[in-house]
Amino acid sequence: MSVKKNNFFSYLWLWPIIYFALGFFNILFAWLGMFDVMLPILFALIGGNKFFCNHMCGRGMLFTVITKKFKISSGKPAPKFFSSKYFRYGFLIFFMAMFTSILIQTYFVYSGTANLKEFIKILWAFNIPFSLNLSMPSQIPAWIIQFSYGFYSLMLSSTIIGLIVMALYRPRTWCTFCPMGSMTQAICKIKNHQPL
Amino acid sequence: MPSKFYASCNKNICVSCGACAVECPRGAIEIWKGCYAVIDKNICVGCGLCKRICPANCIEFLNRETEEN
Repeated sequence: MSVKKNNFFSYLWLWPIIYFALGFFNILFAWLGMFDVMLPILFALIGGNKFFCNHMCGRGMLFTVITKKFKISSGKPAPKFFSSKYFRYGFLIFFMAMFTSILIQTYFVYSGTANLKEFIKILWAFNIPFSLNLSMPSQIPAWIIQFSYGFYSLMLSSTIIGLIVMALYRPRTWCTFCPMGSMTQAICKIKNHQPL
Repeated sequence: MPSKFYASCNKNICVSCGACAVECPRGAIEIWKGCYAVIDKNICVGCGLCKRICPANCIEFLNRETEEN
């Protein structure tokens, strides 16, 4: 065990800011968010660890940096149910259902049974028209654009929830029920023969 | 000089986010194979930073003297 020093990873809190800024100028950049989904799963499946959560999660680092800079976190402990198995796995199932609905919508656009919906859905409730993709090359298939809108909405909604719980409780309260965190911890526990 | 208390993680609640390990000034905390945090009580000085940052509130303090007796 050693004391941590500043390195490349300690600047990854900039990643969510860059990601959302790029998506604002061209929604196709939303696909870059797949790194945040695939990398934690690969680390858990191949390495049997949560290296991504522990060292590379830009979102978690951003919440810590915001808290330290602006002191807007209350610092209170989050309600116990946030870290209960029922809530964590329940939220994971909800999140996966929302992700599946994005895939289904993308398929409908791919198969031609639905038109491209150019809006961002915040917190799965509020549709915000979003057609700033002026630089979009016209030869890009509509289904790729549809997935971008859905995935950008998902990333934005989860970040908003993370910011709310960061302000109400401790900086990384989002981590207690983060779907990727729950999933990768479950994978690690299964791989290392630990009870779930 | 370390305090008479040291931090201990409740592995049933820990979400293994690693926030405590980043915060620990002594590097006393390690995430064991992505499952839960393990705190080396021989390195821990009982400063309490990990307890303050832990989002799952799973870190408690134990008394070294009580443990030894």
